[in-house]
Amino acid sequence: MSAKIRKIVTIVEETLSEGGRAVSPPTRRAAALAVIENPFAGQYVDDLTELMDIGEELGALLTRKAIDALGGDAAIIESYGKAAAVGEDGELEHAAAILHPKLGAPVRKAIGKGAALIPSSKKRTGPGAPLDIPLGHKDAAFVRSHFDGMEVRISDAPRAREIVVAVALTDSGRPLPRVGGLKTSEIKGEDGLR
Amino acid sequence: MPQVELRKRLLFVEEIFHEGGPPVAVPHKRAAIMCVIKNPYAGRYVEDIQPFMKDLEPLGVDMAKRLLDALGGDPKSIEGYGKGAIIGTAGELEHGALWHAPGGYSMRAVLGEANAIVPSTKKVGGAGARLDVPVTHVNASYVRSHFDSMEVGAADAPRADEMAVILVMTTGARVHNRAGGLAAKDISGKDGLR
Repeated sequence: MSAKIRKIVTIVEETLSEGGRAVSPPTRRAAALAVIENPFAGQYVDDLTELMDIGEELGALLTRKAIDALGGDAAIIESYGKAAAVGEDGELEHAAAILHPKLGAPVRKAIGKGAALIPSSKKRTGPGAPLDIPLGHKDAAFVRSHFDGMEVRISDAPRAREIVVAVALTDSGRPLPRVGGLKTSEIKGEDGLR
Repeated sequence: MPQVELRKRLLFVEEIFHEGGPPVAVPHKRAAIMCVIKNPYAGRYVEDIQPFMKDLEPLGVDMAKRLLDALGGDPKSIEGYGKGAIIGTAGELEHGALWHAPGGYSMRAVLGEANAIVPSTKKVGGAGARLDVPVTHVNASYVRSHFDSMEVGAADAPRADEMAVILVMTTGARVHNRAGGLAAKDISGKDGLR
């Protein structure tokens, strides 16, 4: 069964200066969010396969939306993250079923490679709650310049029987990274870590 | 003449398929663009602030163009609009009022004929403040189906010495509008009201 989508929200954030210095080119992040019906709201269900399949479908849809929002070229994507917010009649486990088993594969297929874990966050909450999507480099989780996060929210979601599912992509790390650590130029990109 | 110093630009697009009622064939879209700029008058009382309105016009036109692009690029598809400003805490509400003229000017520069006043709201707020930007029909303020609003904000803006200026456009009425009143097809005059 496919997701029953009420709303899709796309957000693009460009930072042109930070700490009084120009950021050139500007750093850009995009998040695409779908508000869907939670098929298991208000009941305990053991088999969460349906939500896993919805995760796969939304992984493809939201990744495409976010890439398009950044201009359409998947090759520029440097970091990624995902998150879900379950409405009050659902379980945290519903978010887990969407995010973890199947959502990542279509994300990686769309952007090419993606050796690193897709960092994630989840919560149960009400409409308008902020969701802080963690971000990490797509091929090497230890790239320190790309440890980041993007706050998103939708004023009318999730309702009690809904789930908000989000995928965030960037074409850059933080605006003026200078805390050292592994650099993008040093990535081996084999184990997803370094 | 104060320069417009842009720190951050955010673009939000919402595609609304339904709100519990029959899904629509073409999703209703709302989009907002928010630019976080330095408030040239922050931290002191300045009597003559009006020159900044002219300075804001190029930024406003650029914002309106980006907003229209995000909604598909056809000025004829835009049915509702609104604008707003959040002024950082070292500024005055009056500084937000500087957005009225260039905000409206920019909408019309990009949309062509649009008879109705661009509805607006403003407030002084801190980083993360949210603004409910009012939206009404572009040609007749009394069209009831198009009374709408869109909540926007950014986690890190406006800082005390900044202001966020916002434009909103929509492609249609509320998704399940059925509260009666003046319908868009019954707009009679050029007074911008009915």
